[in-house]
Amino acid sequence: MLNDADISAIVTTLKLASTTTLILLLVGTPLAWWLACTRWRFKCIIETIVALPLVLPPTVLGFYLLVGLGPHGPIGETLCALGLNHLAFTFTGLVVGSIVYSMPFVVQPLQDAFSSIGKRPLEAAATLRACPLDRFLTIAIPLARPGFVTAAVLGFAHTVGEFGVVLMIGGNIPGKTQVLSIAVYDHVEAMDYTHAHWLAGGMLLMSFLSLLIVHAVNRRSRVIHS
Amino acid sequence: MTIDARFSLVRGGFALNVSLSMPARGITGIFGPSGCGKTTLLRALAGLEHDPLGHLTVGEVVWQNGSTFIPTHKRALGYVFQEASLFTHLTVRQNLEYGLKRIPRRERRLTFDSAVVLLGLNKLVDRAIDNLSGGERQRVAIARSLLTSPSVLLMDEPLASLDAQSKAEILPFLENLHRELSTPIMYVSHSLEEVAQLADHLVLMNAGRITAAGPLPQLLGRFDLPLAHSTDAESVVHAVVARHDNEYMLTHLKFAAGEFLIPRVALPSGRSVRIRILARDVSLTLKRQVDTSILNVLPARIKELTREDSATMTVLLDIGGDTPILCRLTRKSATMLKLRKDKQVFAQIKSIALFGTRQPSAEQLQPAHTMTSVRQG
Repeated sequence: MLNDADISAIVTTLKLASTTTLILLLVGTPLAWWLACTRWRFKCIIETIVALPLVLPPTVLGFYLLVGLGPHGPIGETLCALGLNHLAFTFTGLVVGSIVYSMPFVVQPLQDAFSSIGKRPLEAAATLRACPLDRFLTIAIPLARPGFVTAAVLGFAHTVGEFGVVLMIGGNIPGKTQVLSIAVYDHVEAMDYTHAHWLAGGMLLMSFLSLLIVHAVNRRSRVIHS
Repeated sequence: MTIDARFSLVRGGFALNVSLSMPARGITGIFGPSGCGKTTLLRALAGLEHDPLGHLTVGEVVWQNGSTFIPTHKRALGYVFQEASLFTHLTVRQNLEYGLKRIPRRERRLTFDSAVVLLGLNKLVDRAIDNLSGGERQRVAIARSLLTSPSVLLMDEPLASLDAQSKAEILPFLENLHRELSTPIMYVSHSLEEVAQLADHLVLMNAGRITAAGPLPQLLGRFDLPLAHSTDAESVVHAVVARHDNEYMLTHLKFAAGEFLIPRVALPSGRSVRIRILARDVSLTLKRQVDTSILNVLPARIKELTREDSATMTVLLDIGGDTPILCRLTRKSATMLKLRKDKQVFAQIKSIALFGTRQPSAEQLQPAHTMTSVRQG
């Protein structure tokens, strides 16, 4: 049914998706909050950068990440100079790539959720002596709960489903950087349709369940852009 | 103690340009047509609109001047928005406690339980916000803001989004606040009726500017202001419950220069009340009528009279005391009676509404009894 390589691909994929989602929620929440609140005239530039992975071919993104994070790229070189490893063909590199790639799927639902709260509950909280951080933690975050569910599920599911970026930056090393989507591709290449079916069917089911969760939890919220 | 404010703000095509001093006690009504800047003024007082050049002092405390701007959450104020703006993810109790928990214990002047009693929330505290009516939500919002023990309570048209029944339900509670608490209230409204019922002091606004400010009864009778000329022009007179007549079940209300009679109300003698008389409910006679069903007939002197349109006139009557009352009549009647300034007449008052206000009372609140409207004749 599943061979060892398949199982290790599943483990790698789940580990990658969980790590990415967790980091994106931590980084994306303040970013989304800032985007929802700021009246800075050039915020559309930041919004565009965040949204870029939606339209960019994943291989293009993966290529630049590989160049940037690899031994001769600016980031890789800096890391090497600090006595660390460059990130090409590593799990950490995969995480960095996934964060960039899945960023809009986390930031946009959060930004929408924060915006839809409106100013009023926060103003009310301010008149009740809550400082800005207090308002963020006790009003904005609880009221944006549907947005967090959407963001977490979409971020996770989208990371599980990525192909081009992980192929470029991860290099498809079994047990290390080989993820499910690539494993399916490998099975098909090898004409091993039975294994491909098992993995593809599993992913189909998982994607369906993820979106079902989003819709069930946020009955009113809609899944934006995919 | 006063609240002194000076703001000049531009928001879109609208400019607010005000400088005013309001007494930091009782209820100050901020009244004017929609879009005149009342809400913007209130938001500027709260620090929700920032005018970098504004000045604001509440009693001794500077909330804003050239170099200082105390942010909203550090100002000892309560704010009641037009829509209740309760936190939907919290229960009624948690909403009420939100502000309470954020002020130091020693600054708390109102306990949770007394706020609940004051606004009649006993049955609501453990309910979810979704299950409250509009009027109930607004009462929760008022209690929530009061629980921060504010040094001033700002209310932005708290009744405007409610139906007539909910309004009638809340007004007695507002009167009660006025009676039970010393917290000054700035009350924004475009309803003359609400303002007349509640306010002691009035600030009139138009097109981003203040047109007049002063004690409410005086402003209602000023011919240079629009209030006296509106179709619902009215007068407010302060009086005291003098005695009850048990034979005819009437109550005698004493004011500076005489008495009013109204059907018996359940208020103790000595209780200060506020009487509201609509200009169109006052008629004039030259001699005191004896064969009339109207009980309230007062000798009066015409202070001023003016033509409203081709058919109607408004007369300002001195009935003794410091508050003149308005009378609306037809131009034909004025001509027939040869009305002119300083002429002595008799004012027949067909209807009196009584708002129970003033003075703390020991008795438990009975909202149903605090407003009585009487029509006679």
